[in-house]
Amino acid sequence: MSLDVATIRKDFPIFNRTVRDGKKLIYLDSGATSQKPNSVIEAEGDFYRFHNAAVHRGAHQLAEEATDAYESARSKVASFLGAKAEEIVFTKGATESLNLIAYAMGNAPSGSRFAITPKDRIVVTEMEHHANLIPWQQLAARTGAQLSWFDVLPNGRLDLSSIHTVITENTKVVALTHQSNVLGTINPLDAIVARAHEVGAVVVLDACQSVPHMPIDVKTLGVDFLVFSGHKAIGPTGVGVLWSSVLEDLPPFLFGGSMIENVTMESATWAPAPKRFEAGVPNMAQAVGLGAAIDYLNTIGMEKIHQHELQLTKYFLEQLQKVPTLKIIGPTDLDLRGSCISFTVGQIHPHDLGQYLDSQGLAVRTGHHCAWPLTRKLGVPATTRASLYLYNQEEECDLLVNAIVNAQKYFA
Amino acid sequence: MELDSLYQEVILDHYKHPLNKGLSEKYGVQVHHINPSCGDEITLNLSIEAGIVKSITWDGVGCSISQASVSIVSDLLINKTLEQAGSITDVFVELMHSKGMKEGDPTILEDAVALAGVSKFPARIKCALLGWMAFKDAAVRIKQLKESENRGSN
Repeated sequence: MSLDVATIRKDFPIFNRTVRDGKKLIYLDSGATSQKPNSVIEAEGDFYRFHNAAVHRGAHQLAEEATDAYESARSKVASFLGAKAEEIVFTKGATESLNLIAYAMGNAPSGSRFAITPKDRIVVTEMEHHANLIPWQQLAARTGAQLSWFDVLPNGRLDLSSIHTVITENTKVVALTHQSNVLGTINPLDAIVARAHEVGAVVVLDACQSVPHMPIDVKTLGVDFLVFSGHKAIGPTGVGVLWSSVLEDLPPFLFGGSMIENVTMESATWAPAPKRFEAGVPNMAQAVGLGAAIDYLNTIGMEKIHQHELQLTKYFLEQLQKVPTLKIIGPTDLDLRGSCISFTVGQIHPHDLGQYLDSQGLAVRTGHHCAWPLTRKLGVPATTRASLYLYNQEEECDLLVNAIVNAQKYFA
Repeated sequence: MELDSLYQEVILDHYKHPLNKGLSEKYGVQVHHINPSCGDEITLNLSIEAGIVKSITWDGVGCSISQASVSIVSDLLINKTLEQAGSITDVFVELMHSKGMKEGDPTILEDAVALAGVSKFPARIKCALLGWMAFKDAAVRIKQLKESENRGSN
């Protein structure tokens, strides 16, 4: 049942190269971006080689083929999430997806369920990536609404004891991450979704760290919006996804070609979703590449990938905690936990540790991981993060542990 | 190994035993600089007398490169005129952008030549520059402050 990682790695050409004077590449930074299999690289290249034309326009064969390829990628994303194709919007990334929602809500006319007024509240959490914090801070600043948040407890979990005082009757939107990109914490959604819907608020889920790693069915989650980025899911950069079941009521964010129904010199009306949210010639080759990524993930199987990562995370957590002075920042049990593992090692600054690990061929992330309020709250200026994916294996954990021990000697 | 050109003994020394760390109670100006990509932060106090740097004290959190570099700055630029300190800073900035092609002049940069290896690691150049940029900012502000004081007293 377990994954054949050796075979999987052969599909990812980057693992053929070495780094830092002939060292084998140990890539533990998939939380930042994942590596790409040949099928994705080829799908993106082949779009340009054989089918390139502007989608939804043009009366020629190439335009037809390009449109087919682009729309078929949309259908693949939809079935991957248990959604309908018309609920899927392609963006240039998850950051744009989140900004799209925040700006579109800001554009909503008064009376709309999305309209935000100074009397309203916007709720986030302390563990958000900057991409799911700042758009809401800015929306609050533009509308005069109040920004509130769930605190993070020292164990790296959300403090949901205050759910009724945080999500109040006047709350319009609750935006939170599915899995923390720093702590690895997976947030339980049922209570939050139920409370948000009870007060008429919509739930926006940042699923950048969950969609690539586990089976996701939007209907089961019960949220109203879900976003993820293609490049963290072995797809190309420059393509993200916005899923929503309530797009029809949402005004547009970006204006231009393709997103219109009718245009006069004085005014315009909008196309139905998803086109209303895809102004301009879209990122066709990248969407097609994302379709190929989803094909690849489906062939392996998301449940198998999830189980593989759970086993690997268990092993990493066990082995890392054997290192003296190493402290895991985030949950140390596997309950509601993904494969982003942050830690500190004694007094060694994460950048110095990261530099040492790099000299041994190990690629990790160091810093505040674009979640500065979270690292501040946890009282650590920065952490080192190892984040895992389908192509990682136990021996890489052993190499990491060994290199950390050597770094301790180096900086002693 | 390549790493040793980055982590020279003198750098690790400054990191473990930083000079002038701990903010002075009195100062001419105080600046706070952040490295937004990694979260390193320093606060730097600068005092001058008759255009000469009399005291640089600082406090901060960050990696060995950023902390050693500000320690070096706080020692090297003492008793220099603001003009001299400015040109030493320029020499250091040029060294950092040399991509490992320059060794640095020890008669000008003293301990700071140990940071020459940083220029081979593009991601770390901003770490080494944090303290220097804080000083540069403080120098500009203290000059403006003195000029406005002079105008006020005329």
